Amino acid sequence: MSATLQNLVNQPYKHGFVTSIESDVAPKGLNADTIRMISTKKKEPEWLLEFRLKSYEAWLKMEEPVWPNVHYPKIDFQAISYYSAPKQKPKLKSMDEVDPELLRTFEKLGVPLHERMALAGVAVDVIFDSVSVATTYKDKLAEVGIIFCSMSEAVHDHPELVQKYLGTVIPPSDNFYAALNSAVFTDGSFCYIPKGVKCPMDLSTYFRINTEESGQFERTLIVAEEGASVSYLEGCTAPAFSSNQLHAAVVELVALDNADIKYSTVQNWYAGDEKGVGGIYNFVTKRGLAKGVNSRISWTQVETGSAITWKYPSCVLLGDNSVGEFYSVAVTNHYQQADTGTKMIHVGKNTRSTIVSKGISAGHSNNSYRGLVKVAPGATGARNYSQCDSMLVGQNSGAHTFPYIQVANNSSQIEHEASTSKIGEDQLFYFAQRGIDAEAAVSMIINGFCKDVFQQLPMEFAVEATALLSFKLEGSVG
Amino acid sequence: MIYPDSKIVLEVRGLCATVNGTEILKGLDLTVRRGEVHAIMGPNGSGKSTFSKILAGHSAYEVTGGSVMFEGQNLFDLAPEERARAGVFLAFQYPIEIPGVINSQFLRLTYNTVQTHRGKEELDPLEFDDYVREKMKLLEMSPDFLERSVNEGFSGGEKKRNEILQMAMLDPRLAILDETDSGLDIDALRIVANGVNQLANKDNAIVLVTHYQRLLNYIVPDYVHVMEAGRIIKTGGKELALELESRGYDWVGVEHKAVAGAVA
Repeated sequence: MSATLQNLVNQPYKHGFVTSIESDVAPKGLNADTIRMISTKKKEPEWLLEFRLKSYEAWLKMEEPVWPNVHYPKIDFQAISYYSAPKQKPKLKSMDEVDPELLRTFEKLGVPLHERMALAGVAVDVIFDSVSVATTYKDKLAEVGIIFCSMSEAVHDHPELVQKYLGTVIPPSDNFYAALNSAVFTDGSFCYIPKGVKCPMDLSTYFRINTEESGQFERTLIVAEEGASVSYLEGCTAPAFSSNQLHAAVVELVALDNADIKYSTVQNWYAGDEKGVGGIYNFVTKRGLAKGVNSRISWTQVETGSAITWKYPSCVLLGDNSVGEFYSVAVTNHYQQADTGTKMIHVGKNTRSTIVSKGISAGHSNNSYRGLVKVAPGATGARNYSQCDSMLVGQNSGAHTFPYIQVANNSSQIEHEASTSKIGEDQLFYFAQRGIDAEAAVSMIINGFCKDVFQQLPMEFAVEATALLSFKLEGSVG
Repeated sequence: MIYPDSKIVLEVRGLCATVNGTEILKGLDLTVRRGEVHAIMGPNGSGKSTFSKILAGHSAYEVTGGSVMFEGQNLFDLAPEERARAGVFLAFQYPIEIPGVINSQFLRLTYNTVQTHRGKEELDPLEFDDYVREKMKLLEMSPDFLERSVNEGFSGGEKKRNEILQMAMLDPRLAILDETDSGLDIDALRIVANGVNQLANKDNAIVLVTHYQRLLNYIVPDYVHVMEAGRIIKTGGKELALELESRGYDWVGVEHKAVAGAVA
């Protein structure tokens, strides 16, 4: 059985092609001049340049975090290029104007902007390296007052909104990578849902890193005004390079009274080869501020890629009765390392949070859940339920759980459940004895294990996630 | 039941096998025809369970000699899942728990997979629900079995019933029941045995692997084989089981050695 399984191992990374589009790449290295250069290239207002320079100053004084349960050689931040844009420029009015090579890339990625997304009613903002190249459905959304555009456009067209919210959930000094992002971010998505508007379709952004030795520092900001709601989907891929690339994104969400933001991610950055060479360093800061009463922030993530993942999508539950949710599936194989989880900070009264984390470790990989549940003194009646399940595949993988619970209000209720299980030869033999081959068996076991999370994903993503996981783990058992 | 001239389902000749380098089976011979019920008995460590796992294709065992023909085909040419689809069914001594996988979904996948390979129609979830509920009546199982994770938290009796339910669904040519009586109370034993009896027909064959005679009060075998040290050393009718029950296994071995000595 193991021999057949071995053949299924190490399926090539299917997004591992490089698109030969000429890029406008900045020289490597980071200093105040690089930041001025980025700001100038992007024709930014003075306040944003100041924001960047202050962030840079803060970053210089900070140390790389060493507490995550991941190991890698020290990153040389002067060996990275901080700006890369596809050369073919001016503003595009329709998809027909997009470089055909780029469109072919999207096809290879399985993102046919033209047809499928249109049929699915998804508006897509595509970030290619650092610059947004196409935004669909913008006009349709504008009819109901929704702004959905690249961060660069937002800076030019809606500076007052960007200035009001940028850095309010994740201040530049929050952590090392957030500071770096705040200094050098080149693009990202901006989304604003006005008062009382329920966004009529799922909004989607597809990120891709194309250039070797370029970092991707996208910045996403989503604001839902009173009574507004939006569901946002993010997918990520990158070509296969033998060097490691840095991805240090920042995502900020703000939900005002009775607003609802649902943020779903399927992350499939290049994970390195089966020996652990290459792959993305995915060091991301994501946080939602449930600012208003009865507001709700929900994170769903399916993390399958990256050589190293360091990511804790969090909720600050400031408004009374606000709700925070975190549903996560993190899969590691070969030599991947993931240290991921969430933080639920209960500040308002009667705030509730739910954490469901499913970690799957295969090959020689290490998968850690790290989570904080914090209840502030004033958070009377706060409740949290956490469930952390780990599944080990094969003999050489590791699963770790680091739950932190800090409670300063004795009216709160905190529950934590955890389990560890294993896909073994015996389970696969049992399936085989009933006529089911190893591939279908692994898929069924993994789907069963992850179903609490997959149920939270929008339909299209759920199908993709299921396929991705089976693909990822095929042959890793035995 | 023994039918004259019925076709051979399983023909084992001189089967030898090892696990981790230790020889467990040392020249096992057995012929099973359609319609027959065989019981393989023997002391612990005689190789009974090893034999049943080898027939199903467990990768921990290495076949080092001999042959096994199943319905005229070399069994070792087939992967474990292909054997199952061709009609080899093993009721596990210790059915495996699969947390998170819902029993009804598992049962439907296995049923449809096997049906497809036999060129028959798949059932959709609603049709399957009707089908499986009917089969469950045979084993007096409550419908809530369907909503639980496969074997997870099942009692010993529930696990064994779930095995026989799958046997009922998959309609095997050869059903090997590995210590199906172990861990069953008397009521569960009666229910399981009753289920097996109803499934036995002139087109299939059943091999019961058991340590005790108890099960054979309910499922009456046509042949009883005694296994010792990796081979079958005595074969008789159902009365042999009763004799084993009263006299133990030792005398069979002594007698076997005496016969072997006389022949030499």
